[in-house]
Formats: sequence, structure tokens, C-alpha cells
Amino acid sequence: MSLNFFRLSLMFLLVFSTSLSAQGDAAAGKSLFNANCAACHKLDKKMTGPALRNVEARLAETEGLDREWLYKWIRNSAGLIKSGDAYANKIYKEYNGVAMTAYPQLSNTDLDNILAYTAEVKATPVPVPVPVGAQSVSNGGDFNNSLILGALALLFGLLAVALVVVNKTLRRFANEKGLEIKEEVKRPSLWKAFAQNQFLIILTVIFLLLSSAYFVYGYLSQIGVNQGYEPVQPIHYSHRIHAGDNGIDCKYCHSSARVSKHSGIPSLNICMNCHKSISEVAETTATPEYSKEFYDGEIKKLYEAVGWDDAEQKYTGDTKPVKWVRIHNLPDFAYFNHSQHVVVGGIECQTCHGPVEEMEIMSQHSPLTMGWCINCHRETNVKVKDNNYYTKIHEQLKKKYGVENFTIAQMGGLECGKCHY
Amino acid sequence: MSSNKKYWTSVEELKEDSSIVEALKQNEFVNEIPTDEFLSDKDTLEESSTTRRDFLKYVGFSTAAASLAACEGPVIKSIPYVVQPDTIIPGVANYYATTIANGFDFASVLVKTREGRPIKIENNALATAFGGANARVNASVLDLYDSTRVQAPKKDGVDISWSTLNADVVKSLNETKADGKQIILFTQTFASPSTSKLIAEFKAKYGNVSHVSYDAVSESKALDAFQAKYKERALANYDFSKAETIVSVGADFLGDWQGGGFDSGYSKGRIPTNGKMSRHIQFESNMSLSGANADKRIPLTPSQQKIALAKLHSYVVGGSVSGTLPAHIEKAVSATALELNKAGRNGVVVTGLQDINAQTIVLEINEQLNSKAFDTKNVIKTRQGSDATVQSFINDMKAGKVGAVIMSGVNPMYTLPNALDFAAGLKKVKLSVDFTSKDDETAAVSQYIAAAPHYLESWGDVEIKRGHFALMQPTIRPLFDTKQFQESLLKWTSNDVTLNDYIKTTWKETILNGSSFNQALHDGVFVAKSNVFVEETSTIEDASIETPSTNAASTLASSANSKGIELTLYTKTGMGDGQQANNPWLQEFPDPISRASWDNYVTVSKADASEWALVNDHDATGALNGSYVDLKVGNKTLNNVPVIIQPGQAKGTVGLSLGYGRTAGLKDEMKTGVNAYELYADFNTVQTVTVTKASGMHEFACLQLQNTLMGRGDIIKETTLEVFNTKDKKHWNAVPVVSLNHQEVEVTSPEVDLWDEFDRSIGHHFNLSIDLNACTGCGACVIACHAENNVPVVGKEEIRRSRDMHWLRIDRYYSSEETFAEDDAKKEGFTGLFGENGSLGGFGELEDPSVNPQVAFQPVMCQHCNHAPCETVCPVAATAHGKQGQNHMAYNRCVGTRYCANNCPYKVRRFNWFLYAGNDEFDYHLNDDLGRMVVNPDVTVRSRGVMEKCSMCIQKTQKTILDAKRDGREIKDGEFQTACSAACSNGAMLFGDINDKESKVAKLTEDDRMYHLLESVGTKPNVMYHTKVRNI
Repeated sequence: MSLNFFRLSLMFLLVFSTSLSAQGDAAAGKSLFNANCAACHKLDKKMTGPALRNVEARLAETEGLDREWLYKWIRNSAGLIKSGDAYANKIYKEYNGVAMTAYPQLSNTDLDNILAYTAEVKATPVPVPVPVGAQSVSNGGDFNNSLILGALALLFGLLAVALVVVNKTLRRFANEKGLEIKEEVKRPSLWKAFAQNQFLIILTVIFLLLSSAYFVYGYLSQIGVNQGYEPVQPIHYSHRIHAGDNGIDCKYCHSSARVSKHSGIPSLNICMNCHKSISEVAETTATPEYSKEFYDGEIKKLYEAVGWDDAEQKYTGDTKPVKWVRIHNLPDFAYFNHSQHVVVGGIECQTCHGPVEEMEIMSQHSPLTMGWCINCHRETNVKVKDNNYYTKIHEQLKKKYGVENFTIAQMGGLECGKCHY
Repeated sequence: MSSNKKYWTSVEELKEDSSIVEALKQNEFVNEIPTDEFLSDKDTLEESSTTRRDFLKYVGFSTAAASLAACEGPVIKSIPYVVQPDTIIPGVANYYATTIANGFDFASVLVKTREGRPIKIENNALATAFGGANARVNASVLDLYDSTRVQAPKKDGVDISWSTLNADVVKSLNETKADGKQIILFTQTFASPSTSKLIAEFKAKYGNVSHVSYDAVSESKALDAFQAKYKERALANYDFSKAETIVSVGADFLGDWQGGGFDSGYSKGRIPTNGKMSRHIQFESNMSLSGANADKRIPLTPSQQKIALAKLHSYVVGGSVSGTLPAHIEKAVSATALELNKAGRNGVVVTGLQDINAQTIVLEINEQLNSKAFDTKNVIKTRQGSDATVQSFINDMKAGKVGAVIMSGVNPMYTLPNALDFAAGLKKVKLSVDFTSKDDETAAVSQYIAAAPHYLESWGDVEIKRGHFALMQPTIRPLFDTKQFQESLLKWTSNDVTLNDYIKTTWKETILNGSSFNQALHDGVFVAKSNVFVEETSTIEDASIETPSTNAASTLASSANSKGIELTLYTKTGMGDGQQANNPWLQEFPDPISRASWDNYVTVSKADASEWALVNDHDATGALNGSYVDLKVGNKTLNNVPVIIQPGQAKGTVGLSLGYGRTAGLKDEMKTGVNAYELYADFNTVQTVTVTKASGMHEFACLQLQNTLMGRGDIIKETTLEVFNTKDKKHWNAVPVVSLNHQEVEVTSPEVDLWDEFDRSIGHHFNLSIDLNACTGCGACVIACHAENNVPVVGKEEIRRSRDMHWLRIDRYYSSEETFAEDDAKKEGFTGLFGENGSLGGFGELEDPSVNPQVAFQPVMCQHCNHAPCETVCPVAATAHGKQGQNHMAYNRCVGTRYCANNCPYKVRRFNWFLYAGNDEFDYHLNDDLGRMVVNPDVTVRSRGVMEKCSMCIQKTQKTILDAKRDGREIKDGEFQTACSAACSNGAMLFGDINDKESKVAKLTEDDRMYHLLESVGTKPNVMYHTKVRNI
């Protein structure tokens, strides 16, 4: 709470102060910047294009170029280059002859706003105040529990001691009064009686054998079932951030799930589609468990693997392929085809893989046993609608059995050879 | 009751005062057990803090811990691409059209790659002008992953870099040029337009350069004859589909004759349509694939073949020839001539005699007939070698006239009969470079080994037939540090363009005539619209070309002199010229005729064998053994050559296959057979030989031990064309009947069915059709099945124990009488046990094949019975039936009782007696990382102790279905394929869905010729056969 409030007030302050100093509206400029420029530019860091903090002032100072020049450049950089403008050509060459996209649709006001945004004073990172209160509360909860438990234990201990003391006292009274405490008639103990009863023994043995067989069977049948397998990966890749927070479609990265039996572990160039311009995570991405530094470090690992020099914004060619630990392992004798389930069956990835978008660390959600496969095949209807492959077959089946829907099992989905060859 | 018997435990006890017996009475262990020695080391024992009990605890704990730890699954790492090529999607196969041109086999093929690895060779449907991929071409993908390949260039056995090699070679070539000595390019036949151009440029740069093409198995005589007649060095093209009467004199045109690839045309004409099919008459000495398929086969010696051919010429063209033939051959020749003359344009004659006059005669006969099948325009370019040029090159070397020899695609030290001459000559040559992928016999005597890539890693182009071009493109990056011969030529001529650019430019300039190169590359083949003439570069001095005599026929007839035994050398379907000898698939490939694998052998007729006291017998396990002989040709002797008694071998002749007996550049397991090239004097396949029996018996690995049908005409149903045309189906293809309530009922009728029928009317129902008329027994399907289904190679010893793993076998049967029909009649005629027509003796007789038997081939795989006997006996339900007609086999469920194999009437189930992958005892391709790259990832590699069998390529049918579902479309006829049906370019195997009533295979089920194997068993198979019709 306090943190958010602090941030909000800081931002307010900044916006307020800058809007006063510049001609444009920096807040509007920021959203324009993010929509149009952020793919290639950052304020303080060279990316595909140069860093833009105070670009106007800088240009005016070093090159003597005014705002009008910037308008021209942004609206039609290629034209400016062609016209032979010295600085335009210099920039063009510096960035390996990659021309900036033209933005003729941006009005002067828009550009003013953007420039206002770029002219903002860089916010010095404020040390995040440790939320002491929250921590103490949660600790307090733990403390309270153990306190109550300890008190209870103490109470019971005292009661037990009191009982012993009372008993002892009563005996002493009895002794002193000369009262004989009657000994109970010695009956054979329950244990001995049990030991002498053969029928009960046999019954127990059978029971024990059966129950141990049950547990041994249970133990053996879970061998090789790795439900919940959650290995440590060489790069801490968070599905929560990508699929959850950012809402990236599963099949953006696992694209071969649409056409192949494998869903495919994305190659690193897929990562770089976005991470070329995302070299650090936002402050808000960090969680109590994983700090921003931690996540930024993981992105660095990606850069190292793919051979991306972030400072120079180019590939070094020195790659170190990532050795991911495979989580979902089907035995070689079982054939599974992703595209059949994803495209033909139209099944959500989450049906088998669980709430991946919530998983910070990817784990195996389903048991991946044959029983699990078969259960689903028994319960799920084949999606025959709008699939020309099924049109004729479905007509024939409907006519023959008079039913509209057929489960996969009814269509031969339980035959051994459909998965084992 | 006491007994006075005394039992002696050894002879020693019989002796009165044996000290040993006495000693043993006292002491069981004569030698003291060295416990004292062990215990006396008291210090060590006492020092140790581990007591015996502790020790046992440790052992117990570690065993328990180890077994518990074993329950943990292994950690599997997955490494994605850094940058994924956009053509590669893991799990999806890519296909590339390319061309094999290894000097012996030339074929345009499709290569299936998975994750960038070529894993299978398939037929290129666009390459209509060439034959399909044969067994060797299908197996060639495994050569890519051969662990014995040369991995880097070498000089005198030491690895060097390519830049060193190039610098050395260029320096040496310039020196040779300065010395005025010859530079020889000694190569295979390339038939490549761009290579020809490159060689021309090389010649221009270095001056005194000769290009000598060399074919290990020479067709020089046929080339000479064609050149003399048509002024072009090429081979006549034959399209047997257009011929109605085919006469072959010693030509195995269904095998490797003149480059092979004629079988698909032949098969087209063999399927009876509208009451017509071609008639094939074969004159030959060895039993060849062509002879086995012939309607009429006349065994005769090679010298008789010459006279027969000359006489045939005289009957057709005119003129008279001297020479006498045995009466029955004489009669056959005149009858054949009559048929030929009657056929006129529809007749064709071919010969395999390595004699220029014989080859000329054939050209003349075909010209006289004006044969439709005979084509001198679209000539075949895949053989260029000239025997005389090769010989003069060797002589030049020996005379010291040659300064540099650059070899590519040849292995003369193995294939030349006078290899020692070659070696002696090569010693006098200053520079010798051998472009080879193997450290073979020739590499051993060359200075530089230039590591050459496999064709699947190479660029290239081929003109297989005039105007019919094919392109070769890499389907994988070179696995090793290899360079092509052509790439090096570019380097040595200081040309900086890459080979593919060079080929592209050449094609644009001379071949394409405006068409797209990329389209040609995509198709793999290109047919030139206008006349394109590509200059050949191999140097053939006109003087060295043999010219036929003016009266070829009589010269041929008089050249026939039959002194002694005549040996005919041939190439085996599996091994060809021997360059693929390190290919375990091909080594284990059973010869279509003898059904023996892992060997070559002398084929001897039964009459000669008994004369020379040669035997074939079987040991207690049924395995075949054979006598040894020594063969002597001229002054060359081959010792200890095993003998197989070959039905149909002409008396007075023997046969021996080339391609075996390799000694270098291959694994020890593959060093099989004897090198017959040593007897290949003057490049003539016919030699006079002396045969002497040697001691000892050879152990064969033969896959078929029962050679005759024993009169069981329902296994291979046969009829003649006449009966087929005139009589009703029930006369020649009757369905067997059983008795129901004293009424005869067909076994296929539901009334006599023990089983409830599955409902298969909806969805797919697969059937495989096999036409026994179109099947030539070539075996391409066998290798294709190996490649598709990861069938392991088990080795010679295991084959001998009948533990072969072939999912698909091609049974070859001989008739015991002259024809199968007579066998059937004989069996039907048995009355009682004894006597003239007694079955006891009669069946024994039926086991022996005839001297010149009829032959029939029958591919047999799992028949996928709708009422499968194997399924009912499996105790764990590991084999079960699918609605689509396939008999499923769940390997992970199988416990290996082998009941199913016992109960299978077709004997098509194979048991994994061992783990064949990653096992040093079976050191074939599945035992090294490189070889395992050929494994099909969609098919399980089976482990020890499980049963396996043909799955009707369920992985392929499933893929077709899954793709159609994904695309949301119906499946068209022809989309469903099995590995075998796709590999069969002869149209003998056809696969499809019989629920699709419009499909070809559904129509075939209604065909009159259709029958099921062992129909009387009532298994209702999903594999059907088509009655063999002979044109007798």
C-alpha cells in the first residue's frame, strides 16, 4: 500500500513538474512513445535506434538542429537522408543503413508531447522501502500459533502432573487409613488371548498381507510417474510472466504444436523476437521471492546463450545452446501427437498441462499415465463439426447408431496400435 | 533289500592301490584351500574396523540403495536450436528430390529427412523416365551413416587439411605439366554435364590430361557395338512395357544388365489386361532374376548362347550360320524365332554376352524387327567405360608415362582383375589422389586420400538418358571434413564459384533453355524440350574401340568354343559391384534366387554337383552347409569357394557373383565371400574355369530351407494365359470349400465362420494387394521395410539359426516337376503310402527341385487376418485387432511367450532373441551413434524378449489420417501407402482403403485373380494375392 502510494505520488510529482517545464504534455507523450517508438528506442539506452533522453536539447547543443529538423526526420527520415542532410546521413550510417520507419501520421502536437516526454528528468531509482509492517504481521501469525500450542502443551503437562500428584495423595490417604486397595482378578491379557486365538492370527496375517500388497502395488505403480516433477532449469523461465501477466499465446512460442507431434521447445531466436528490446523486467514484475535483479540476470543468461551483445545491439555469433531439462517425458513406445489434440480436438493446452500461466516454475501437472490418457479418450467426444474429414464418417455412424456424439473410444481411440507402434 | 552292486565313479578306482583313490577317500580337496594364506594376514584383518557383520550390512544397504535409486527416472535434457531453420519443424518430415549416381546405380529419388537427418529413400514419382530405386539404392541412406567412412583428407595415412592437400596437388600438377607427363583422371562414369564441363576446363589448364571412365562391371562391348553402329557412345534404351515378345540371351535385364532399371516397364506388360500379356523367353546359364520370371527358360552354356543368338539372327535377319546346338535348344531357338517374326514390331531381343558381335547382332535384330521397345534416341548414358582405354592407361602407368593420377568413385585395387599391375603402375606415378569415402583397397596404395562425401551430402547433375536430366542436392550438411571431386577440380582450376553455382550456371547455359532451375531442383528431374547435346569428356581413342566384324553372326557362332566348364560372373541384387559392402542391410538381404545372405558362392547344377561329389546338406538345426571348391581361371585361383547347388543352372556351367570378398574399409563382420573380380579377366563375365573340390564344409546363412511347394497349389495359385482367358474363375482360382451339414460351403462364407465379424464398414479398412504377375522379386520392398521400421540386422550366425528379423520376406519356390501344375497333379495322384504313386516316396521326391524348374516369387508379410490366430493365444493381449484391419502389436505389453508365432500359419512373426541395438555382440549400424541416425523416430526400437512383425506401416497410415483430420479434408485414393507399396516401382504392391469403393485396391478385391493365402484356414487376411498367370 505504502509503496504504491509512494510511487504514485512520485509519478505525480514528476508529471507535474515536467509538464510545467516543457511545451508538450509528457503524460500523453509517454503513451505515444510507448505505442510508436518503444520498439526501437529507449530513453537511456541505445537499442535499434539511439537513446532519446533529451534528444532535442542534445541536438540543438551539438548539431545546432532545431525542432523543425526533428519533425522532418520523424515524419520522413528517408526523404531527409536523400536530401543530403549531413547529420541525417551520419545517423543513417551509424546504424548500419537501417532507416527509421516514417511516421507521417503524427501531428506536431503529438511530436511535441513525445519530445516533452523525452525531456523529462530521469527518475533516480528510489530505494524501495522495506515493507516492515507486512513482514511482522505474517511472522506474528506464526508466533501466535506456536505460542498457543506451547501454552496448551504446558497446560496439559501441568494437568498430567496434577493427576499423578492427586493419585499419589489418595493412595497415601488410603494407606494411612489402612484401606486395602482391591487387586483386580488377573485375567489373561488381551494380547495373550489374541496370540492364543489361531483364527484371529490367520485373519490378521491375511489382512496384513493384503494391505501390504496394496501398498506395495501402489508404490510400484507410481514408479516412473513424475506428476509434479519440477526440475531446476538452466534459465529461470517464468511461464507466469509470459503466459500469465503478458498473456502471450502458448502457440506463439510452442508453434509446432499446431503442425507436429512435438509442441517444440522454442528456439532462442523466438525469445529474441521480444527480448531484443526487453533487456530488463519492470519493477512491478518482481515478486518477494524473485527480485528484479534476479529476473534481469536470467535475461542476461539468455543473451549469453544466444550470443547477443546488448550494449552493441548485435549478435556476436558465439552461441551456447541451452540444455533445458525436459519435464514431460513419454516413453518411446507411446506415440503422442500435439497437433491432433490442439488443432483437431481443439483442446486447451491447460487441460493437460495445468494452469501454466500461473506457474513460476514449470512442473508436470498430469500423471501422463496410460490410464489418464484412456480416461480422457473415454469421456471426450470427437469434434466432428466443421471437419470435412469426419463429414462422411459421421453421417454413416449417425445413421447406423442413431446417436449424435461419439467418444474417442467409440471411434477406435482405445486400440493399442493407435498409440503403440 | 541290500544290493551288492558297486558303482564306480572313475576308472581310477579299478586299480588296486591307487594313491589318488586313497587320497581322495581321506580328503575331498586334494589341494589345500588357501584359507590360511588369507587368514594369516592377521595385521590387516585386525586393523580393519569392518567386521563381517558390518560388511554384510554395507552390502545389504548398498544393494537396497542402488535398487531404490534405480526407480528414479533419468534426467532428460532437451537442446533446442539457437536459430531454428524455418524449413525444419521437429516431428515433421521434409522431402528432397535428389539423384544417386555412384557409377553403378543411377536413380532419381526422394529423400525423407527428419530433423535434418536423411532417414529413407523413396521413389520420385516425377522421374518417369528412369526405373525406381532398387534394393541397393534404398539401402544407400545407411552408407551415409557408415562409421568406417574417411572423415578427413589424409596423406600417407596422416590427417591433413584441405588447403594443404590443394596446395600440394596444384604444385604437383604444375610439375607434371612441366615434365610433360600425362595427368589422368580415373573416374567412375559420371554422366554429368557440369562435371564434363569442369573436366574440360581442367584439361585446358593443365594440358596433357586424359579422362578415363571406368565401370567396375563393364558394358564396354555393348558401348562399342552401339558406337560402331550409331556413332555415339551410349547404350540403347529398352521399354519392355511396349514389347509383347521378349527374348533375352544371357541378359539379366531385371537385374543390373546395362545399368538396370528396366523392371518397372517389364512388369507393366506382365499384368494380363484384355486377355493379353507379354511373353518372355530367356536363354541363360545361371538362374537369374530374369530367368526366374520368364515364361520359358532354356538353360544353356554361354558358348551355346552365342550360337543360339547367331541362329536367331539368321532366322530373323537372314544369312546362315554354322554351329550345332543340342536338339532341344535348336528347337527352342527356331520356335523363338518364329514367335519373334510373328510379333514383328512387338518383339525385342537383348543379350548380356560381353562380345561385340553379340551386341551388334542384337542391335541388328531389333532394327530388323523395327521393335517398338527398342530406342536409339533416348539412349542410356550411365555407362561410359572402355576396357581398352583402361588397359592402355595401366600400361602407360607401368611404362612411366603418367605423372599424376586422380581417382574418384573407383576402387581399381579391388575391382580390377589385374590389380597388381595397377599397383605396380601407381608406384611409378608421382602424384596419386583418391577421392573416396572409404579407406578401401585403392586408398591404401594412394598418396592422398581425399575424403569424399556421400551423395546425400553432395551437389551434382546427371544425364541418365539423352535429354533426361537429374539433379543431386545435399540433404544434410557434410558430416565430416569432406569435399567432392568436382569441388576440388574447381579449386585446382582456380575457380572460386561454389559447385552449386557452377552447376546452376551450366544448366542455365546449356540445359534449361529458359526453364526455372529451382523448379528443376525441386522436381529432381528435368526433361529438355529441345535437343541438348552434352559433350562427353572421357578420352577414348578411336583405335581402342573394338569394331564388330562385317558378318557378326557367323563370327560370333564360330567364336563359341566350349572347352571345359564355363563360369558366368554376375552381380547380385543385394551387393551389385561391391561398393556398398559395408552396408549391413544389404549383407543380410537374402538373394532373391538362392535366398542366402552374407555370402557369395559358386552355383553349380545338380548333375555337375553329383559328378564332382559336391553336396549341400543341412545340419541338425536345418541350417544349410555346402562343399568348397577351388576355381582356376588362367593362372588365377580362388580357393575355398562355397558351393550352392542351383536348380536351373545349365550343366557344364557355374556362376559366381562379383561384389564380395572386400578386404579394406569395412567392418570385420562385413568381410564376407570371395573376390570374383580376380577371375574377371579382360572384363569378360564368361570365363573358362577349372573346378576342383576342396575339403571342408561351408556354413551358409540361408533364409529359406524348403524350396518347393510340395504340390500345394493354394499357396501360389497359378494358371496359364490360355486357361485364364477361356475358363471361368472357379477352374483356376476356386475358393476352398468345407463341409457344413454334408453340403460343400465356401470357407469364406459367414455360415462356416467360428467368429463374430467386426463391423468395419465405417472408417478405413486397409488392404494390401500383391500381384504375383508384376512382382519380379527384386527386393526393394524388403530394404524399404528395414529402413522404415527399424528392423534390426542380426548377423550371419543368427540367420543360420533361422532368427532372421525380416518383416517382409520374398519366398522363392521351385517346381519339383517341370511346372507347378505337374507338382499339383502329382500330389493329387498319390494313392496309398507305398508303391508307384505312394505318398511316402512321392513327397520325398516333391522336395527336390527340378533341373530346370519353374520359379515363383511371393512376398509374405503379416497377413493382418481379420480372424487372427495369433490374437487368440496371446496370454497378455499384446496383439490385438484394430477396426482398420491392422493387427496391432503392443511391444511394451508383450512378455515373449511366442505362442503367437507358434500359432501363425504364415510364420511372419519375429522374436527379438537379443537386444540388437547398442549391443557389441551385434556390431552393426544400431551399435554406433552414427548408424543410429538412420532410425525412424516414429517407430519403436524393439528390445529383447518381445515379438514383432509387420504393422502394415501403421505409423504411415496414421500419419495420413492425422494429416487429413488436421487439414479437415477427405483422403484421396493413393494417399495411403506402406513402405513396401511405396517402394514397389513395378506396381506389384498396391495399398489402400477398401471402404473407399472408388479406390484401386477396392476394385482389386473384386478381381477374378484375387485370392488369400491359405484361404482354407479361414483367417480372412487383409493381404490379398493375385493369381500368377504364365504365358505358356
